[in-house]
Amino acid sequence: MSDDRIFIRLIVNGESVAREIPARLNLVDFLRDELGLTGTRWSCEHGVCGACTVLINGELARGCLVFAVQLEGCHVETIEGLSRSGVLADLQAVFQRRNAVQCGFCSAGMLLSADALLRENHAPSRAEIREHLSGNYCRCTGYHAIVDAVAEVAAARAVKVKAT
Amino acid sequence: MSILSFLDKPASYIGKRVPRPGAKRLLAGGGRYVDDLRPPRLVHLAFVRSPYAHARLVSFDAGAASRAPGVIRIITAKDIEGLYTPWVGVLTHFKGLKSPPQHPLALERATWQGEPVVAIAAESRALAEDAAALVRIEWQELPSVTDMEESLAPETKPIHPALGDNLAFTRSIDAGEVDAAFAGADTVVVEEEYSFARHTGVCPEPRAILADYDPAGQSLTVHYSNQAPHMMKEIFAKHFGLAENAVRVLCPDVGGSYGIKIHVYPDDMTAVAASILLGRPVKFIADRLESFVSDIHAREHRVKARLALSKTGEILALDMDDLTGIGPYSTYPRTSAVEGNQVVNLTGSWYRHRNYRARLRVAFQNKPPTTQYRAVGHPIACAVTEAIVDRAAAELGLDPADIRRINLIPDDAYPWTTASGLKFEKLSHQAALETLLKLMDYDGLRREQAELRNRGIHRGIGLASFVELTNPGPAFYGVGGAPISAQDGATIRLDPGGSVTCAFSVTEQGQGTEAMAAQIAASALGLPIEKVRIVTGDTERTPYGGGTWASRGAGIGGEAVLQAAHALKQNILELAGIMLQTPAAQLDLAEGWVTDLAGARRIGLDEVGRAAYFRGDTLPPGTQPEMSATRHYMPKLYPFAFTNGVQGSYLELDAETGFVRLLKHWVVEDCGRVINPMLVDEQIRGGVVQGIGGALFEECIYDEAGQLLNGNLADYLVPMAAEMPDIEVAHIETLTQDSALGAKGAGEAGTAGAPAAVMNAVNDALKPFQVRISTQPMTPQRILRALGKV
Amino acid sequence: MLDREGEGARLLAGGQSLVPALNMRLLSPASLIDINGVAELTGIAERDGVLRLGALTRHAALASSPEIARLAPLVAQAAPFIAHAAIRNRGTLGGSLAHADPAAELPACAVALDAEFEVAGAHGRRRVKARDFFTGIYQTNLAPGEILVAVEIPVSPPARRSVFLELARRQGDYALCGLALAAEIRDGVIADARAVYFGVGSKPVETANTALALDGKRPGDGPGAAANALEAELEPLGDFNADAAMKGHLAQVLLRRALGRLDAA
Repeated sequence: MSDDRIFIRLIVNGESVAREIPARLNLVDFLRDELGLTGTRWSCEHGVCGACTVLINGELARGCLVFAVQLEGCHVETIEGLSRSGVLADLQAVFQRRNAVQCGFCSAGMLLSADALLRENHAPSRAEIREHLSGNYCRCTGYHAIVDAVAEVAAARAVKVKAT
Repeated sequence: MSILSFLDKPASYIGKRVPRPGAKRLLAGGGRYVDDLRPPRLVHLAFVRSPYAHARLVSFDAGAASRAPGVIRIITAKDIEGLYTPWVGVLTHFKGLKSPPQHPLALERATWQGEPVVAIAAESRALAEDAAALVRIEWQELPSVTDMEESLAPETKPIHPALGDNLAFTRSIDAGEVDAAFAGADTVVVEEEYSFARHTGVCPEPRAILADYDPAGQSLTVHYSNQAPHMMKEIFAKHFGLAENAVRVLCPDVGGSYGIKIHVYPDDMTAVAASILLGRPVKFIADRLESFVSDIHAREHRVKARLALSKTGEILALDMDDLTGIGPYSTYPRTSAVEGNQVVNLTGSWYRHRNYRARLRVAFQNKPPTTQYRAVGHPIACAVTEAIVDRAAAELGLDPADIRRINLIPDDAYPWTTASGLKFEKLSHQAALETLLKLMDYDGLRREQAELRNRGIHRGIGLASFVELTNPGPAFYGVGGAPISAQDGATIRLDPGGSVTCAFSVTEQGQGTEAMAAQIAASALGLPIEKVRIVTGDTERTPYGGGTWASRGAGIGGEAVLQAAHALKQNILELAGIMLQTPAAQLDLAEGWVTDLAGARRIGLDEVGRAAYFRGDTLPPGTQPEMSATRHYMPKLYPFAFTNGVQGSYLELDAETGFVRLLKHWVVEDCGRVINPMLVDEQIRGGVVQGIGGALFEECIYDEAGQLLNGNLADYLVPMAAEMPDIEVAHIETLTQDSALGAKGAGEAGTAGAPAAVMNAVNDALKPFQVRISTQPMTPQRILRALGKV
Repeated sequence: MLDREGEGARLLAGGQSLVPALNMRLLSPASLIDINGVAELTGIAERDGVLRLGALTRHAALASSPEIARLAPLVAQAAPFIAHAAIRNRGTLGGSLAHADPAAELPACAVALDAEFEVAGAHGRRRVKARDFFTGIYQTNLAPGEILVAVEIPVSPPARRSVFLELARRQGDYALCGLALAAEIRDGVIADARAVYFGVGSKPVETANTALALDGKRPGDGPGAAANALEAELEPLGDFNADAAMKGHLAQVLLRRALGRLDAA
């Protein structure tokens, strides 16, 4: 029945969360409406635009395509948590400096996707950056500045790794 | 001291690539868009929309729906009757433009698939949608007209019988001696027909409104993802019978707009009516599927063009006919005539010919209302002009760069009035072209193209010159009766701690309005930019103004900020002069200090502020410090500040599959004084990609019955990162004399010229096959058809 | 459980195809059964010349698995074409096969690799060949109450080459036309070819005559008679991106290009 409620316990941005929620509540709506974490956006609800991108157990996922009740015991990370922890700090600084953000609606998804790419590929080419980010729709920037920003951060992180 | 004396200072922010202070918050998930607002007792709206392009509402039964869980009210046209007055999308300066009254909810007939018919107010959007599915409507499907030509055929029934026919608007231009020019003995004539598919904005944040009517105070507060809060305040007050000062409109962060969010929408008006009806805050956010059938559409045109030239390549005359379809209503309050009007005004206007004829017909059809979207008319005018000029070049054996050199208005020929009556103050077409050719290494690309052709690899190079209409004056809308302001204002205030607050009436949708204003204010007042706070997007807290549209934010809004800052500076220096016993003319501002003219610090701005606000007792009798200033600005010399630019596209065409790979794109543009080159570059780039969308990917595909076939993001193809090229931008700055700042607009230039440049590049790639394509979007299917391969 | 819930129940694995349909209100199942925790449906293992992939294997794992790269390279070649990273992290092999979108990559690969599927239901287990599994647009051989458990792929011998080509309007989109080609190259000559097209019909289209016409030819010779065979046996279905004639044309182009790739390998 569409008004089924299920008790769920999961970890969001490092904090334990326990709630009884409708079975049909998807993760984006759960984060926004139940937890007030409005940094994750919805824009298409069919998995194409990437605005709802979050991390589930450290991996990129579409928040609009998973029900919150499926995530018992899982770790969910959003833009708020990843900002506070500093994980995205270098990307955020460079995005700001290069104006790789305009209206900001796609930014959370874009940053999470970019960070996931850089964790997996330390020296992506521009083509690889474009390919990986092609799951995140931006209408404002035309993507060029975003690609520049990710490339710059990739290079800086590589230098950091070398130096350590 | 001259108003622009700060420009010479090293601390001036003008012309610098200053990062937007507001971006930090957006990057950390701190954006606050309408959907993030959750007032108490909030009600959510979902709509039942017409499934048919044209149908009569025979009966409906909302019994089951009204009993569904969480439903607060089912709302039909009858329920809101008397709460509103209908609106009509006409303006007096578009003579003959006709359109019927439009209502928030369909009365007895729906005239497009997606028209809102019933609103469900419920405790959540999901519950509202559940209930919507239970509404039973009996429809009588009526014949629908979707094809523009068919809609104007004499035997076609008018969509609105009271209007007589489906011709919403027509206009003609006939300048010079067009027929004589075409008939000349040595005249070369080329002609071509162009087709542009209807497409739409696809804003990342869908349309969003939160209407909050307070029955106790009889006042309305609307949080609106919108570009023009003052305009909407007038409209809400007028159409809901509310006192002007009982309406407040706020625009929080807006997730992209591009012109989509500047029109009056029936579902948004329903949300306001619902709030008045229920006495509760009502939120409506269009979901993506809904957006495709309810956002305004744009750019459905069929254009026939003929060009007459001398054998040596001088353009003698241009003759064009534009047919455009606007759906069943002309939109309000800006009308849907503007798009076509711009097309006929602009086509060919950057070339020297004096003989020009154009006919515009604007047709009603049973498709979503269609009207202004980023670059309004320019993409069409530019694509038609630049394509037919390229075709002529090919016919005459001229290089596309050369035919432009011959025909572009020379840079020393200004001021210039075009054959269509547009007044150009001063443009730089020739210089821009030469700059572009060097920037893209045109000759090198031609050599590369030739070499690769020998190996069966087909590259194309496309050029496109264009103008962009910016900073419009009141002749654009106000003159016709629209509550659209061509002026903007800024109030700037010094606070006792030495920081400054500037409230101004242009709005922010991500283009950097706030940063631009902060740069001007900080530079004029000699302050570090962190000391400037900008307030926008609130009719209660900012001066009255036009908001964002037609690329006017910097040129008009920026000028108001400059004038206000300069006025405040004079007030500060006068007070400082009194405190320092020095003439104000010997003082200046720098780095938060009042200084002498050599830059030596005399007194801190905070000390001046404290004296003004807390220590009036220390000032001579009769001294009344005015530590705030308000200035408004409207362009006066020219009805529009035209800018110019030129774009280049380099691509590779796979002639076997019809796929186009964009290799690189260039833009040289002249928007007058550039306040922040980074913001301008990024606006250009975003605009280019939006234009590329229309050129290669985007179209709303309809069947004959007016059903949208691809209304979702899997089937409607918006540009994504992998297929887009790098875009290099260069600037020329030809200042306008109409303002101290000399800034023109830049927001739409990218979109204006990109479709033309890409289409010319595709046709350049097709040259060896001796075929051309003149339909956008240039899909692989259409390219293969042009090649005769399918 | 599926049996108990009856007709109104749908299985939820990755959800990357099912949940969009639910969000768009195209489907309203009475219940969803989340099978993500069913251990038996997981795993990548080789035994006795057969590579067994659990139905719950995520697309991302298909792309990164060294076993798949070595033993069923066609799948590894196809995986990066599937949507985008976020989708691949949750979407599953079994989900894609059961969803049976005619423009999807994995159904075509399964057919081209002569895969066999293990299906379980209240009645017990059964096996069905990939080529018999796909019956129409979003239609499969699965009966109500059945679930896809695993995919078994005969390990490709070293001499077997595969080429995966896809034409899509944008990175990650469904194919306008795609080809999964596998063949052995013995002494520079094609043997035992399989050519399966996707995005051109109501299901993966195994062009048996085309494959037969390729056997015995050298890849460098181009399609030759295979092109005629393809024209005769492929009856493409058009969509609004490409009509039937264009799909047929693209199929020919992909055949030529696939042979070019085989030649280069």
